Amino acid sequence: MRGHEPRSSSSCAACKLLKRRCTPTCIFAPYFRSSDLITFAKVHKVFGASNVSKLLGEVPEEQRQETVNSLAYEAEVRLKDPVYGCIGAIASLQKKMLELQHDLAVARTRLLAHSGVSNHVSQLDNSPELAAFLDLVPYSDLMLLDGSTSLDAYLYDLGQPPFV
Amino acid sequence: MNPKRCAACKYLRRRCPKDCIFAPYFPPNDPAKFACIHRIYGAGNVSKMLQQLPDQTRAEAVESLCFEAKCRVDDPVYGCVGIIHLLQTQIQNAQNELAKTQAEVAVAQTKLSQTQNSDF
Repeated sequence: MRGHEPRSSSSCAACKLLKRRCTPTCIFAPYFRSSDLITFAKVHKVFGASNVSKLLGEVPEEQRQETVNSLAYEAEVRLKDPVYGCIGAIASLQKKMLELQHDLAVARTRLLAHSGVSNHVSQLDNSPELAAFLDLVPYSDLMLLDGSTSLDAYLYDLGQPPFV
Repeated sequence: MNPKRCAACKYLRRRCPKDCIFAPYFPPNDPAKFACIHRIYGAGNVSKMLQQLPDQTRAEAVESLCFEAKCRVDDPVYGCVGIIHLLQTQIQNAQNELAKTQAEVAVAQTKLSQTQNSDF
């Protein structure tokens, strides 16, 4: 075609998709090989090539691969869940963490109950009162992983509860 | 045209039409919100994403995009994926601790049963 520069046969995925010549200094080339077309397409769809280029330019070279990996992950999740993206994943993990904290506090309380009666016959283990207590104690009153009683360190402020 | 431009149209220096897709979610009193989201995603991409969503989900989509954009501004390498990694590590640690504690409870229960049996 007139005026059309031949594309390198080793164009990176970005330049292939953007239909441009892939130069030796192409910022995308080290991270989006020609086989990564689908990955770049997703990243481009969510963030846009020029924004990705700017982002990569703002981080040190040795951290660019990690940056691309995290952008690719975010783009993938956003395309699967266009409303919540990664926030949906964070909310699920937070919920799981709270459940584990509760289970751990219950287990620790049971352990304390046992360790205090090692030399005596105890009915505690079969006590319906203990079982009822452990099921009813709210999260905030139970001892947590590091011995603290505050959940704040484990929660991120996501603003509105609808993310859960 | 909206008599008062939304934050997006102010930022983009354009007229704000009555059916501006950004106006319901980017009020003029919060210019930083749009600036952040535009920096990471670009106005065009945000507009396309919102257009593909039903009206009733757009507000939440904007909030999640804003949160992710802010995470990316704060941590250009990992963005909100850093939070995911941290939570996954914490969950793994909590699961290990829970398994260990439950094993200790089982051992304590076994010892207690043995004590009760030997007394009788």
